[in-house]
Amino acid sequence: MAVARDSTSSTRFAQFKLVLLGESAVGKSSLVLRFVKDQFDDYRESTIGAAFLTQTIALDESTTIKFEIWDTAGQERYKSLAPMYYRNANCAVVVYDITQAASLDKAKSWVKELQRQANENIIIALAGNKLDLDGKRQVETAAAEAYASESGLLFFETSAKSGENVTELFTAIAKRLPLETASSRQRTAPKGVDLSRPNRRAPAASNNGCTC
Amino acid sequence: MDEQYDVIVLGTGLTECILSGIFSVEGKKVLHIDRQDHYGGESASLSLSQIYEKFRPGEPVRQSLGRDRDWNVDLIPKFLMANGELTNILMHTNVTRYMEFKQISGSYVYRDRRIAKVPSNEMEAIRSPLMGLFEKRRMKRFFEFISNYEEGNPSTYQGLNLDRNSMLEVYTKFGLEAGTKDFIGHAMALYLDDDYLTKPARETVERILLYAKSMARFGKSPYLYPLYGLGELPQGFARLSAIYGGTYMLDKPVDEVVYENGVAVGVRSGDETARAKIIIGDPTYFPTKVRKTGKVIRVICVLTRPIPNTDNADSLQIVIPQNQIGRKHDIYIAMVSASHKVASEGHYLAIVSTIIETDNPLNEITPAMHLLGPVVEKFVGITDLLEPVEDGTKDHVYISKSYDATSHFETTTDDVKDIYERIEGKPLVLKKRPVDDEDNFTA
Ligand SMILES: Cc1cc2nc3c(=O)[nH]c(=O)nc-3n(C[C@H](O)[C@H](O)[C@H](O)COP(=O)(O)OP(=O)(O)OC[C@H]3O[C@@H](n4cnc5c(N)ncnc54)[C@H](O)[C@@H]3O)c2cc1C
Ligand SMILES: Nc1nc2c(ncn2[C@@H]2O[C@H](COP(=O)(O)OP(=O)(O)OP(=O)(O)O)[C@@H](O)[C@H]2O)c(=O)[nH]1
Ligand SMILES: [Mg+2]
Repeated sequence: MAVARDSTSSTRFAQFKLVLLGESAVGKSSLVLRFVKDQFDDYRESTIGAAFLTQTIALDESTTIKFEIWDTAGQERYKSLAPMYYRNANCAVVVYDITQAASLDKAKSWVKELQRQANENIIIALAGNKLDLDGKRQVETAAAEAYASESGLLFFETSAKSGENVTELFTAIAKRLPLETASSRQRTAPKGVDLSRPNRRAPAASNNGCTC
Repeated sequence: MDEQYDVIVLGTGLTECILSGIFSVEGKKVLHIDRQDHYGGESASLSLSQIYEKFRPGEPVRQSLGRDRDWNVDLIPKFLMANGELTNILMHTNVTRYMEFKQISGSYVYRDRRIAKVPSNEMEAIRSPLMGLFEKRRMKRFFEFISNYEEGNPSTYQGLNLDRNSMLEVYTKFGLEAGTKDFIGHAMALYLDDDYLTKPARETVERILLYAKSMARFGKSPYLYPLYGLGELPQGFARLSAIYGGTYMLDKPVDEVVYENGVAVGVRSGDETARAKIIIGDPTYFPTKVRKTGKVIRVICVLTRPIPNTDNADSLQIVIPQNQIGRKHDIYIAMVSASHKVASEGHYLAIVSTIIETDNPLNEITPAMHLLGPVVEKFVGITDLLEPVEDGTKDHVYISKSYDATSHFETTTDDVKDIYERIEGKPLVLKKRPVDDEDNFTA
């Protein structure tokens, strides 16, 4: 997470890492595609090759939030997601498919894992996706909503296909993010070394300067 | 998993994960399996509860150590050389963007029963108690010689030939004292024993230059370390592999490697069999195809204070050259702490390691243990160093080496390159990954 204040105006800019979790085929990548590109693909293949996407939203006139969105790259498929994936995440969207009851159980186990292992202040949103398939619904709204509020999660039913509630989901997360504490922190928060930095000087390759 | 792959990789140690990443980027279909439920194999970083489970099964975690999630304890002590090959591979593959690195604060060497900082700048060098004024002058002439030595330019040779003269001959030419040789050979070239002395000087000179260039890169020490522990490295390369289509299965038993006419054709787990023409794995998956080359002791020590006489450094390396304590192999201490997100606030993790020479290894490391100050918790591990008996060209099983006793990853990346070349019949050439091929792209 990084927050910077533009010195010339009073706009605030903050970047947050957002991770997606949930069983395969619940629509994680589709939700991101809708959010980032406002597109939907009926024949989307299981995710390989996707990783980072970024999307910026203007929360209000003076606040811009950039999400660095991490997709699972399919590593969750055989219970093999690396802890590195959700390490340092500021927020997570845990997705289930309202037409598949078992996918909610999987979502709950991800929530548990995040609460145990991830950043303590992580903001978690539960998304019941494929709302357009209401006729095939297996998970009642009230049940999922009750679980979400009891576990302190944001909750939305969404459709990546119709676009319903997708922007709302991400905006709600943005509003919950700790902008105030973040902006009070220095822009130059201690950061690691930059590996891409070129050598400081020609390596030990001179006969001057050594007084030994 | 009943499918055809190009490569099946067994074990998610760093060597295996780098290879998996490289092959996936090159377009091969990779299946990567680990029988354990976490990434990293021997190069993992474990939580406290996992550490207790591994070293003291059944014993409760010591309460005063704080929360489990704050700990990422390395099993092997290693650092990245700032100018080394692993850093290079991380940058070429963009795996750096999944990780954050910090400098190790200092590099120390044991001399005459005390420790001294390896100088990291001119001021420190001038003040360093490591050698007297005249010896510093001789050392300077030696440094000038190696940094100016230029292939094909006899005026820089000073009558020496790096490929023919031994390192001992080079030292002798510059009149360096025994203690200085120990310093150069062990604290800079990072040799574990004195075998290098009689070999051609070239390799030693290259190691010294790597050390000096790494030192010059960021300033405090030649070493870098990833936040959250070394276990982030295999995870980073595993993610790279997955992004390029690699399939990952953890917690998956590996029941047998399937052979046809003496050549490996796949791997069976339960009643599923995945097939591939190339099988890569760490030595623990192939107990009958490896031999022992030595034994290492690694003692993980939890401290509540920085190591004495180190200016309260939050991280460091201490080299105890073998000659200083009458041994054949150096002892290393590698220390990191809460500021690297590997321990809870107020805690330091030091790993003491060496190649075992007697049947009382704990006794061998006492000189190092004495340097640490009070140790609140200690986990002792003794491991065999293993290497493959064959190179894999016959049976298509390519086995990596154990992580050795050196303090850095240079031998690990050598192994990666060696395995790659054994498989592909040509040297590994890393292509720079386009910076934005992960950005705003879904497949
Ligand atoms: C183990 C070790 C021991 C060292 N011992 C000494 C020492 O006794 N005395 C000493 O002055 N420096 C020594 N150096 C080099 C020293 O640490 C600095 O790198 C060097 O003095 C440059 O310091 P600077 O920060 O002022 O850099 P700069 O002002 O950028 O460099 C000054 C000049 O010194 C040259 N230089 C860098 N390293 C060396 C080197 N090893 N030998 C000769 N020239 C070099 C640089 O190329 C540059 O031209 C040692 C380095 C190492 C790693
Ligand atoms: N009807 C409907 N179909 C959806 C919706 N969201 C996703 N899908 C479809 O569900 C399938 C899976 O969607 P993905 O976005 O690939 O799911 P995923 O969770 O990323 O899957 P993995 O990458 O395998 O983990 C695709 O065929 C999508 O077209 C939705 O809101 N409504
Ligand atoms: Mg997907």
